[in-house]
Amino acid sequence: MRKSVAPGGSRANLIPYSGWMTLFVLIPIGLVVYYAFTGVNGFTLSNIGWIWTYRKTLWLSVELALIATVLCLLLAYPIAYGMSRASAKVQRNATLFIMLPMWMNFLVRTYAWMTILEDTGLINSALRAIFGEDFSGLRLINNHGAIVLGMVYNFLPYMILPIYTALTKISYSLVEASRDLGANGAQIFGRIILPMSVPGIISGITMVFIPSISTFIISKILGGGKDFLIGDLIEDYFLGNSGVVNYNIGAALSLVIMVLILVATFFMNHFDKDAKTSGGGSLV
Amino acid sequence: MENNVIIDLKNISVSFDGERIIENLNLYIRDGEFITFLGPSGCGKTTTLRVIGGFLEPDGGDVIFEGKKMNGVPPHKRQVNTIFQRYALFPNMNVYENIAFGLKVKKLPKAEIEKKVKEMLALVNLKGFEARMPESLSGGQQQRVVIARALAVDPKVLLLDEPLGALDLKLRKDMQVELKKIQKSLGITFIYVTHDQEEALSMSDTIVVMDAGKIQQIGSPTDIYNEPKNAFVADFIGESNIVDGVMCRDKVVSFSGHTFACLDGGFAENEAVDVVVRPEDVDVVSVEKGMLTGTVTNVTFKGVHYEIIVDIGGFLWMIQSTDIRQVGDVIGLQIEPDAIHIMKKSEYSGMFGDFSSFSEEFDELSDVNAGVEVEDDA
Repeated sequence: MRKSVAPGGSRANLIPYSGWMTLFVLIPIGLVVYYAFTGVNGFTLSNIGWIWTYRKTLWLSVELALIATVLCLLLAYPIAYGMSRASAKVQRNATLFIMLPMWMNFLVRTYAWMTILEDTGLINSALRAIFGEDFSGLRLINNHGAIVLGMVYNFLPYMILPIYTALTKISYSLVEASRDLGANGAQIFGRIILPMSVPGIISGITMVFIPSISTFIISKILGGGKDFLIGDLIEDYFLGNSGVVNYNIGAALSLVIMVLILVATFFMNHFDKDAKTSGGGSLV
Repeated sequence: MENNVIIDLKNISVSFDGERIIENLNLYIRDGEFITFLGPSGCGKTTTLRVIGGFLEPDGGDVIFEGKKMNGVPPHKRQVNTIFQRYALFPNMNVYENIAFGLKVKKLPKAEIEKKVKEMLALVNLKGFEARMPESLSGGQQQRVVIARALAVDPKVLLLDEPLGALDLKLRKDMQVELKKIQKSLGITFIYVTHDQEEALSMSDTIVVMDAGKIQQIGSPTDIYNEPKNAFVADFIGESNIVDGVMCRDKVVSFSGHTFACLDGGFAENEAVDVVVRPEDVDVVSVEKGMLTGTVTNVTFKGVHYEIIVDIGGFLWMIQSTDIRQVGDVIGLQIEPDAIHIMKKSEYSGMFGDFSSFSEEFDELSDVNAGVEVEDDA
């Protein structure tokens, strides 16, 4: 919705915001679009065509991001629900513990998983201590499971917090009222709690799916570089890790991902149109 | 006890954190009556309601519903529905879905639900509001939907917990009339909780005045007003001059330095008593004719009458008169025998002084506070 300038305020107040947006959002996106549609001979659509070449990589990225998002949702909802029903003190502490890992660098946390999962890592060492040195160990790293684990571990808080916020906004008097009208536990959950927490679920899905589909660090560290995700591919085209630097193809792939996310988010928010009470706030 | 008793509370006690909220409460409620629990915040009225509704298990005592013990039976298995202090409308459903909620969870056939919802909307004067969302309704309309939703499931008893507390005065008066009308037309029992004595007086068949977790008096509105049992009830319901007196013998009482004829008896000779005289029952007369004389210290115009504060021997009386008097006037007061009500001394005696600290503003402020504090009145 378009809002007019607040009385007494002036458009001058918007300068820092517009400046920031122009410099760090609009111009970069403009550049991405520019590179995506240009080549040595000027305008071209051939860059976009590369996505067909990399369709398997793209599909793997979507697949892993979806699995991670679903797992996050399944894990986060009960956690958020339990938190929202707990005492104020427990809620504060629980929120703190969820935020705590975020105080550490993302890379460090992901490397930590490497030392836990690798063939000579914490888990396999512990197993060898139990079953003897002959124990061959478990293949825990450099596979799809490890990548999904990394995504779930890193992005779970972004699923818990919006759902938790949405749930805490549901007045307990609604639960009492529905119980009073004869609803049982399942009916209360299905008809009141779940529908009213949809905005939080949508925010959570968006906030987990987007970083999951575009990640390149997690797949590199926990996937062993064997499973290229679309993020890795884009990184490669820009940094030339595999010997080829091509901004145009990199930009085109980025653009495809951006459009994909935009469409997905738009679709998600469509779900939300009935639930007027916004939970964690949506992204688009 | 009458045979059409629907709810019987026997020796109910409730404590929170070692604090007694309700102490040994006994009460029976007749089928089809409009009964009101009236008292200041923290008196235990909402707690009593929650015990009846099944939201709270009493620490001691029995809740008997049509002769059957209901202890431990959850709220939805009692034929009781509750209207909560705050509008607990489901914000994700429209008016129709809200009213249909209780019928849908019972899995009634669709046609039956539709018929019932239509009926309820007509009952609360909200025809045509089916598709509206709760957020688009005014406070009064929301409360009507809440009432319709509760009545749709055909409860035998409707519990109302200060349902009009959030409405403005005019709307509140309209809703009082409407609630009474709905109750009469359905013939079901309404149990109403309020701290607003005027609301209680105008709607109820029976008023239960509560304070400090105990029932102070049960009676019809006129009984409660005309024959208060103790100083608390006399002070809480309406305005009262409560003075110390001595019962000389049956039908003769002495207070404020004068001996009056009255209608009460049954006290010991020279028993100390509390005497209640309502401000509107005092007649202003000339000094010569007055049984009591005093000096006017304050006059407030109230529309229908003047509220006059009179200093009688150091005790400030409030009287209501249609004749204007000036501050400083010395007037005579006459009190007829039927205007004098005698009460036994109680723990409340002496707690309610004269009208020296009385101020309109303070009165209203304490009303507002009472409205806010109801939340603590668990």
